[in-house]
Amino acid sequence: MRLILRNLGFYLLAFWASITLNFLLPRFMPGDPVSRMFAQQAGGMQPEQIAQLRKLFGLDDRPLWEQYVSYVKSVFTGDLGISISRFPTPVTEVIGSQIGWTLLLGGTALVVAAVVGNLLGIVAAWRRGGMLDSAFPPLLIFVGSFPYFWLAMGALYLFGVSLGWFPLRHAYDAGLTPGLNAEFVANAGTHLVLPALTVVAVTVGSWMLGMRNTMIATAAEDYITMAEAKGLSPSRIMFRYAARNALLPSVTNFGMGLGFVVGGALLTEVVFAYPGIGFQLLAAVQGLDYPLMQGIFLTITAAVLLANFLVDIVYVRLDPRVRVR
Amino acid sequence: MTAVDIAGTVTPTVPVRAAGRRQGLLGRLLGSKKALSGLCLLAVFATLALLAPVLAPGDPSLINSTGSQAPSGEHWLGTTTKGQDVLALTLWGARSSMFVGFTVGLVATGVAILVGLASAYFGRLVDDALTLVTNVFLLLPGLPLLVILAAFLPPGTSTVVLVLVVTGWAGSARVLRAQARSIRGKDFVAAAVVTGERPLRIMFREILPNMASVVMTTLLGCVVFGITSQAALEFLGLGDSSVVSWGTNLYWASSDGALMTGAWWAFVPSGLCIALVAFALALVNYAVDEITNPRLRSVKRPRSEKSAKGRG
Repeated sequence: MRLILRNLGFYLLAFWASITLNFLLPRFMPGDPVSRMFAQQAGGMQPEQIAQLRKLFGLDDRPLWEQYVSYVKSVFTGDLGISISRFPTPVTEVIGSQIGWTLLLGGTALVVAAVVGNLLGIVAAWRRGGMLDSAFPPLLIFVGSFPYFWLAMGALYLFGVSLGWFPLRHAYDAGLTPGLNAEFVANAGTHLVLPALTVVAVTVGSWMLGMRNTMIATAAEDYITMAEAKGLSPSRIMFRYAARNALLPSVTNFGMGLGFVVGGALLTEVVFAYPGIGFQLLAAVQGLDYPLMQGIFLTITAAVLLANFLVDIVYVRLDPRVRVR
Repeated sequence: MTAVDIAGTVTPTVPVRAAGRRQGLLGRLLGSKKALSGLCLLAVFATLALLAPVLAPGDPSLINSTGSQAPSGEHWLGTTTKGQDVLALTLWGARSSMFVGFTVGLVATGVAILVGLASAYFGRLVDDALTLVTNVFLLLPGLPLLVILAAFLPPGTSTVVLVLVVTGWAGSARVLRAQARSIRGKDFVAAAVVTGERPLRIMFREILPNMASVVMTTLLGCVVFGITSQAALEFLGLGDSSVVSWGTNLYWASSDGALMTGAWWAFVPSGLCIALVAFALALVNYAVDEITNPRLRSVKRPRSEKSAKGRG
């Protein structure tokens, strides 16, 4: 329990760091975002928008620490300001309407990649020098060295434009209204396949290699030899004895992976014009919508920290060695 | 330039305490087929980047023919939608991409070495503080942080490098710290402390040379990170779009709609180049891993060979 509390403290600290970063960036950055923004909007701004901007960039006359206190307070009460490009929608509302798509896309890709990658890794490690072990890793490294967004573009071109198997953009067809009916779910599903597959294709390799390497280390342990000596069936040793223990680092990777889901989905969403928060983040950057940008960054950070914290709790349940210390 | 850089960072491994049966990392690297092909590939790209002004003289972004031509004798890799020569863009792109990649790799590894060594050598409070900072940076989601920083800072190559270093050093620092800590506990370091050597000397002359292989792998990892992240950043339109690099080539290909009109030659070469460079680095990395960790070697050996157990 002490471990969990200590980790919680650490995550809170990390979150505080990102809030502070968020607070300081607009105030100490070189150049002048306000004038850039005014120039772009060409005077077509509502007075409320300007007031919002002044608050954001610390142009009110209060001392810095006072601004800081009120900023932290507003973050913790869930007030992230008002979006400028989508005035007058609050930032939280914009994020709330889009985070579901990111979670759907990232979650699907993560689970598929983790399951497939770990299974491949187990088999590769068990059959050292076999087909899977010698041919797959170099292939995966090769695929993994392509820039992700480029592979995604290629897939979109090949399967979307040339072959026409999958829809080109967005999470569902334009005419449909979101709802839990069969038609909509099927439609959203077909839009999900291609983006999710590209993520799986580039991430599955690291899962596999990681699992393979821990499996090899685990397979050299004495209790495996013992199990072999007892005459247990190979598949039982492979899954119940070796893989179970080798899976532990993968649990940690899963936490990191969850972070990637929310953060790394950015490129996927941009290439496939998938309406998640990553796509929105880029749109906010292009529209110089600083409050929305910061809000999305904070949301992503919070999600990553939360995911890692949850994984820590699970880890303590799974690995008794952590509890003893 | 690249091959020399890599070789330059490796050479210090050869002398020092490795004495006797080991023939040095570099020697073994050159004996490995994987590493050798990786290094050759890198050398080819380095040469192409250096020779870009000779091979494709003039400004590569100059519009000098009709747009969207398929590859032909005149334009080996076709032309972009705007009418620039893709081959020239790709050759010149190598310069910026390789430069940024290796700069980011070297600087990030440098920061990581400093943090890792200081952490391991001084221990206690310094270690706690540095580990905390490292972990915070490790946990902050990289790509969104990149985007936010790039959005707030003025555009330019130096911004790109700065932003990539800020987001890229933490992972290596953690690895290097772990390694340095295990070496810090060895007797010869204790002996050096007792003889009254200065901390800096112990850190850089006693500890650092003994973790050269780890430094090498993190360096290679950082370079790959630098090249791909720069491309990603520029693809999103957040880099310096006036510079010709593989990332900006892809950005323009995408925003000019090369993908939708079927002009595959506009976006294939740059992506392929990034992939090949990253693949070459990964090959070298893989070879270093296999050399230093005998268990990972793909050759089947009897299990009894347990001498490899004690690492570092």
